[in-house]
Amino acid sequence: MPPRIAAIPLVSSHRELYEPCDDSFALVDALLADRTHLIENNPKVCMEIGCGSGYVITSLILLLKNEVPGVHYLATDTNPIATRVTKETLEAHGVHADIVCADIASGLEKRLAGSVDVIVVNPPYVPTPDYEVGMEGIASAWAGGVNGRTVIDKILPVVDILLSEKGWFYLVTLTSNFPAEICLMMRKKGYASRIVVQRSTEEENLLILKFWRDKDEECQDKEISSSFVSQFSKSISSLMEKQWR
Amino acid sequence: MRLIVHNMLSCNIRGVVNKFPLRIEPEKVIVKEVDFNPDFLKHMIAKIDWKALVDGARSMGYPELPDHPPTTLESDESFLRKFHHSLLELNLEEGSLVCPETGRKFSVNKGIPNMLLHEDEV
Ligand SMILES: C[S@@+](CC[C@H](N)C(=O)[O-])C[C@H]1O[C@@H](n2cnc3c(N)ncnc32)[C@H](O)[C@@H]1O
Repeated sequence: MPPRIAAIPLVSSHRELYEPCDDSFALVDALLADRTHLIENNPKVCMEIGCGSGYVITSLILLLKNEVPGVHYLATDTNPIATRVTKETLEAHGVHADIVCADIASGLEKRLAGSVDVIVVNPPYVPTPDYEVGMEGIASAWAGGVNGRTVIDKILPVVDILLSEKGWFYLVTLTSNFPAEICLMMRKKGYASRIVVQRSTEEENLLILKFWRDKDEECQDKEISSSFVSQFSKSISSLMEKQWR
Repeated sequence: MRLIVHNMLSCNIRGVVNKFPLRIEPEKVIVKEVDFNPDFLKHMIAKIDWKALVDGARSMGYPELPDHPPTTLESDESFLRKFHHSLLELNLEEGSLVCPETGRKFSVNKGIPNMLLHEDEV
């Protein structure tokens, strides 16, 4: 039997809320693709930042539930409607996560530092003018500011604080977010990265990136940096070629 | 909001030093049963600020926790049951969390704490 994920008819919705879309599905597909590793990693604390409808956190719980009991799940969103709808979605699937209405992980950073084993984020990543970021209502679900990076760039240092030594971080990005640069920023903080899922839809080119701490990755060297970016760009282009063929 | 979350929340207003634990002002407390998992509890106890948990449970009407956790947990099921109940089954459905330094109140509605700050607090 394939592992269970959230069932769309059981996912609650609201007109002011982001519904599960290609990006949500791609993120859950990445978690499914990495499921065996996730089980081996035996996480104790898992967290979603920006939980929206709750589709992703519910799926994560369902796909680990039987193999990894006793995990503490947390979910945050700035949108109070999202936090309520996530609660309904979780309840409809008979699972539980603790939900906090927070800006990224505000209020949780101090006490949770270094203890989260899995963080998943499908951030607002659409390139928009900066003033659209964090406005009330549905726009805050996708408005990502310049290059779609305003919220992402705020999330990265928080993730670095929260992740445990063995922690993993899954992030949805578009190619227009300059993912190679994101990987390089994380590399400077000591993280290795890889692309778990690549998917092109009519409107966007989605990449699901995975990051983990790697002692050998710490690099300040400019030369390595530029070769890293070109390597990364090559690997994305070859991935996309494969898909189009 | 369960006390496991309360134990992880602090006031994040800029410049505040004494930010943890937030004092609980309950309006409505409910109990939701959760499967008993001793391994999870034994793992969690190292991460829990004990005094915050004891005071939190007390403020929600459950004064059964000892001032200090026993040194050996293995054989102490009755203790683990109380710990389990306090940490995972007590839910603050409606109420507030109050910053110990500034008195700022964070509301809890439908079981969800709201830690968002006003612009002048960030
Ligand atoms: C692209 S949607 C993803 C929703 C859901 N996780 C999914 O995959 O379907 C982004 C979500 O992040 C939330 N969000 C935006 N900025 C945030 C922030 N600073 N902190 C927490 N959540 C945020 C939005 O309210 C929205 O629910």
